[in-house]
Amino acid sequence: MTLALLNGRIVTPDGVIEGGVLAKDGIIAAIGDFEIPDDAERIDVRDRIIAPGIVDVGVFAIDMPAFVAGGITRALLMPDQSPPLDTVALIQRAAAAGKPQVWIHPLAAATKGLDGSDLAEVGLMHRAGATGIATGRHWIPDSAVMLRLLSYAGALGLVTVSHPEDGGLVRGAVATESETATRMGLPAAPAAAEALAVQRDLLLAETTGAPIHFRQITTASALGLIRAAKAKGIAVTCGITPAHFLLSDVAMGDFRTFARLSPPLREESDRLACRAALADGTIDLICSGHDPRGPEAKRLPFSDAEPGMAGAETLLALSLALVRDGVLPIERLFQLLATTPARLFCLPAGLIEAGAEADLLIVDPDAPWRIDSEKMAASAGNTPFDGLPVDGRVVKTVKGGMILE
Amino acid sequence: MSSAPPRSRDERLGVHPFPHRHLLGIAGLAPHEILFLLDEAEQWVALNRSTAKRDDRLHGLTQINAFFENSTRTLLSFEIAGKRLGMDVVNMAVAVSSVKKGETLIDTAITLNAMRPDVIVIRHDASGAVRLLAEKVDCPVLNAGDGRHEHPTQALLDALTIRRRKGRIAGLTVAICGDVLHSRVARSNILALGTLGADVRVVGPPTLLPAQIERMGVTRFTDFDAGLEGADVVMMLRLQSERMDGAFVPSPREYHALYGLTAERLARAAPDALVMHPGPMNRGVEIASDVADDLNRSAIPEQVEMGVAIRMACLDVLTRGQRGVEGWA
Repeated sequence: MTLALLNGRIVTPDGVIEGGVLAKDGIIAAIGDFEIPDDAERIDVRDRIIAPGIVDVGVFAIDMPAFVAGGITRALLMPDQSPPLDTVALIQRAAAAGKPQVWIHPLAAATKGLDGSDLAEVGLMHRAGATGIATGRHWIPDSAVMLRLLSYAGALGLVTVSHPEDGGLVRGAVATESETATRMGLPAAPAAAEALAVQRDLLLAETTGAPIHFRQITTASALGLIRAAKAKGIAVTCGITPAHFLLSDVAMGDFRTFARLSPPLREESDRLACRAALADGTIDLICSGHDPRGPEAKRLPFSDAEPGMAGAETLLALSLALVRDGVLPIERLFQLLATTPARLFCLPAGLIEAGAEADLLIVDPDAPWRIDSEKMAASAGNTPFDGLPVDGRVVKTVKGGMILE
Repeated sequence: MSSAPPRSRDERLGVHPFPHRHLLGIAGLAPHEILFLLDEAEQWVALNRSTAKRDDRLHGLTQINAFFENSTRTLLSFEIAGKRLGMDVVNMAVAVSSVKKGETLIDTAITLNAMRPDVIVIRHDASGAVRLLAEKVDCPVLNAGDGRHEHPTQALLDALTIRRRKGRIAGLTVAICGDVLHSRVARSNILALGTLGADVRVVGPPTLLPAQIERMGVTRFTDFDAGLEGADVVMMLRLQSERMDGAFVPSPREYHALYGLTAERLARAAPDALVMHPGPMNRGVEIASDVADDLNRSAIPEQVEMGVAIRMACLDVLTRGQRGVEGWA
């Protein structure tokens, strides 16, 4: 099957170029100007953007309609499933769940049952298709366990994804200590809980030489530590979701449980620090944190509600705001959404180049729409951005040369 | 241009002295709205002191007290308030209710609503829970305490007590002392007394003062003596026993030594300083018995008395719309 996307603006690492993309048998055959084969299905992109498919690091659910609507062609699945992904069989099943549409790349549970104490069979799970290792929704509080995990994972060449929040400080907390949490009377933990956990993990990463990825970094102090660690040559990367660079904790006002997230929303100064860290490259990638939660988990008092947001289909539109605000040029944005996450986890994706897999998006960067929690493609509409007007929409998602509906 | 008269309640905001459907908190109330409730309560103070403590203006209405958290005094106060106004008052006992069987709060709200109450009084241990319930019912809701968030009738009764004893609230220095972190009473009082022009201080061990509490317009003290200096009102808060055994303070003994109100300590406050406590008191922990029992200084029994009057005022005012009271319908 041959697909010819014509008259587009192609996002490459070196900038945006005009032209088309030819996909043959699922592989990119040509870029720019090329001879169109007779059997090709032609799509006139009409000056819209052709971008690499998004590689989303750390989703909590396999939610195909949301991924397709959001332009996500590969999703790294967190091990926090029921049961947790801590055995070979569960990894195999998860790895096969998406093909041939959106590819699911499971992350192996770092410890058995994700309980933070005994190492899971990460080597065998890697052979069975696990793309990396993750500590899950929680940090590993026992430093000896984390040290062994990192050294073991490092020898296997696997990246460990950590959730850095100091267990003692965040116990029982549902918000960041701040004026907002104080006024609302919510149990809260100091923002330093993040930097505290990051610091220990960085020291252990340095000791072992193993690569570590922080799924979300959301505070100025933790970003400072990561900036310094990178300058020292420590193999550290980190991500963020749009919630933490667009919202501060005032979004929890009126006890809106859709704004109950993990880590929780931070103060405005931290939000601004996140934007600066996106601009200077301290933050390596943007992910959706997709975690659809129905009313049984969200229509509850704030502190009883489960954390998480349905982020897949709003990821691109919300991230494009960074381009519009001048924080990042568009080619850099797609490095954060596709190129870097693919490279970090050794996935053959994230770039539009001849010979690469044809994971492509057609994006209308200016199409206006309104985020509506009632009309989401996702299995639940728990977005803290409900009602927000945004610009930028995925027109078509192409995986391996195939248009996904 | 159409010049149709405004119809919705929102458009008439400001026409009523109290244009709120529910009483969920002090936040969002204007000073004149708080004062209106205090003024309304005065008539009930007088009635409650007469022999026939009965006014049947809410006759035939049903009040449900849904207390998801244990309470004796607040529940009793609301029950008496409703009955003195002629309402049929029913208490939902959580210990035997379906809430214990896993029913969600929303389902409980729908169930209560289907019984067609005219007013619901709710207490819940989660901040924001009363607001969530209020969104699902058709009648006025009174917050009788939600988590650490708000306890508006307590703040109103405290304001009424202070106003009656001191003749004013504006310009007074009020020290709120103790476990501010876990206290909805403290938050509602900070908002109410601050709105009415008092100079509010919070005083307590740093482990029991919430982050950035200064942003609520108060001055923060961790030295009890300094915080008491010259105060016109000393409002003590209850310290729950599970918080004094090393979790937030080392021991009850140490807490009393550092933050317990004694007669000696009270001498630092203004000579005529008023001592208040929302109850129930831990005698010998946050407050010494001789201070609590000093009739010249302690307003503690009066606070309880004002509680019934304030709750009668709130029940009356919030049901005026549905009762078709002239000017409120």
